[in-house]
Amino acid sequence: MEKEYSLWADAFRRLAKNKIALVSLVIVIVYAAIALLVTFGLLADDWAQEVGPANVAPAADYLLGTDFLGRDVLKKVIYGTQVAMTVGFFSCAIAIPIGVTLGAIAGYFGGIVDDAIVWFYTTFASIPYLMMIIAIAYVMERGLKTMCIVLGVTSWVGLCRLVRGEVIKHRNRDYVQAVTALGGGHSKKIFTHILPNVFHLVIINASLRFQSAIKSEVILSYLGLGVQNVPSWGKMIDDAKQDLMQDRWWQLVGASFAMFLIVLALNILGDALRDALDPKLKGQES
Amino acid sequence: MLQYSIRRLLYIIPVLLGVCFIVFFLFNVVATDPAAQQLGKHATASSIVELRKELGLDRSYFVQYLDIVKSAFTFDFGRSWSSHQKISDILMNKAGASLSLTIPAFIISMFLGISLSLFVAFYRGRLIDYATMLICIAMMSISYLVYIIVFQYVLAYEWGLFEVSGYESGFPAFIPYVALPILISVVTSLGPDIRFFRTIMLDEIYQDYVRTARAKGLSEKVILFKHVLRNALVPIITYIIIQLPFLILGALLLESFFDIPGLGGELLRALNSSDFPVIKAFTVLTAIAYMVFSLVTDIFYALADPRIKLQ
Repeated sequence: MEKEYSLWADAFRRLAKNKIALVSLVIVIVYAAIALLVTFGLLADDWAQEVGPANVAPAADYLLGTDFLGRDVLKKVIYGTQVAMTVGFFSCAIAIPIGVTLGAIAGYFGGIVDDAIVWFYTTFASIPYLMMIIAIAYVMERGLKTMCIVLGVTSWVGLCRLVRGEVIKHRNRDYVQAVTALGGGHSKKIFTHILPNVFHLVIINASLRFQSAIKSEVILSYLGLGVQNVPSWGKMIDDAKQDLMQDRWWQLVGASFAMFLIVLALNILGDALRDALDPKLKGQES
Repeated sequence: MLQYSIRRLLYIIPVLLGVCFIVFFLFNVVATDPAAQQLGKHATASSIVELRKELGLDRSYFVQYLDIVKSAFTFDFGRSWSSHQKISDILMNKAGASLSLTIPAFIISMFLGISLSLFVAFYRGRLIDYATMLICIAMMSISYLVYIIVFQYVLAYEWGLFEVSGYESGFPAFIPYVALPILISVVTSLGPDIRFFRTIMLDEIYQDYVRTARAKGLSEKVILFKHVLRNALVPIITYIIIQLPFLILGALLLESFFDIPGLGGELLRALNSSDFPVIKAFTVLTAIAYMVFSLVTDIFYALADPRIKLQ
């Protein structure tokens, strides 16, 4: 008889077979490590320092050249990694609990609770995402914290819908009835029994959420709603408008490539996770 | 069916009230006092009180909320704080330029997206399919802003193939000005479109009716174009309808980069000058458009696919 694996062990086996996905996972881990090192001041702490003449093209001394203040572009890119990963991480950390909790409660209880939650997210979803982001970012103090909150509270609806649908399918299954028979309450049924069965949706959703937050940072920075006083990829790309006119391409290329790599890795990882964890969902957009 | 449509239509009302509440909460409750902001640091207490009265901010929250609800039903959003023009007039004037950019871009990208996805679905599982999907994912991983900056710089500024920026109204005078923005819009939407359409096609290709068609001896081409495409059209049309409201909003970034005097540019201007009534009008209008088009989608879906049970 063939050896049996749990869902997660099986998923990991399938993921490990996919070489491109493994490479993507490594890229994500490296970016996360860089972000942590920057956070603790161990890397690119001195990004604001003048290291040489202004606007030097990439050379051996400055691998990505310098900007108009003579600052090292590579250090700015590294510092930007921290901003991007923070935005990605905290927007997920806000969106996922909201989406999962509301989705699970709506799906599990049904009836008027469900109606109320469906009304709530329909209302949210009716306001175009960009309008919502602009409106919230507008009324709050501009900066990293606001950006995380804005991207978090505007991106939970998709996951909420998904979890609700899945919980509806699960709530009358035998294993949930068995818990009822054993005297388990609502919260025990939802949190210890149903949610682990829909948790794979969360993982898949998180990797897509993460990359879309990183992309949104660029747009928000262009609109002037992004981080203030520190470098970010969005601000660097935005600066490139003027740079390019003087044939200075390195800031644009540096920031774009750093961003391209992590977003690509998260996209590929998201697809691979979906294939590995939930073959049924194959191809469905988040 | 009729009953379903009516119930679905009535559902718009509570959602619209909710949208108005969010707008009200953000701009009338949380936002920093616009009167103080408009007058700047030379404001005196009495001038602030006066301006608050002029802007209608001295009334109770409930009345202010009702104001927004009323505007959502009458489409009368009052006047802009900065230009003092009627907002409905501003929107009418600017809509043309936005639509001259978004409608052609939308049609071209849908056409290309559907054709290319049929192509890769035909060659599914082969190298060309994988390569296209990888290119799509790579294209989706590049920031929208990078596309705009690079295309504008290389194609318009360096090579002079397109106008760098500007706009002229009237057909066909606007064409040279919107050509590059349309190209950028098409290039950036191809990735997600092809991926989405391909998924729909592949969902259909593994259905039983396709096996039956194959068993009858039909050629792959006939199966794909006659049977699969026709069935895939239901989700495709749904996907198309639901995107229509965003065409009205215009392409915010494209318009600002190419100086196209459309709705997106107007929104950015409102944003930079704290023109709350304009921002509110945009939010409420796009929400209404979104709700109406999703209603149309739902009804279309129910009509097109009898398997969908109407409860």
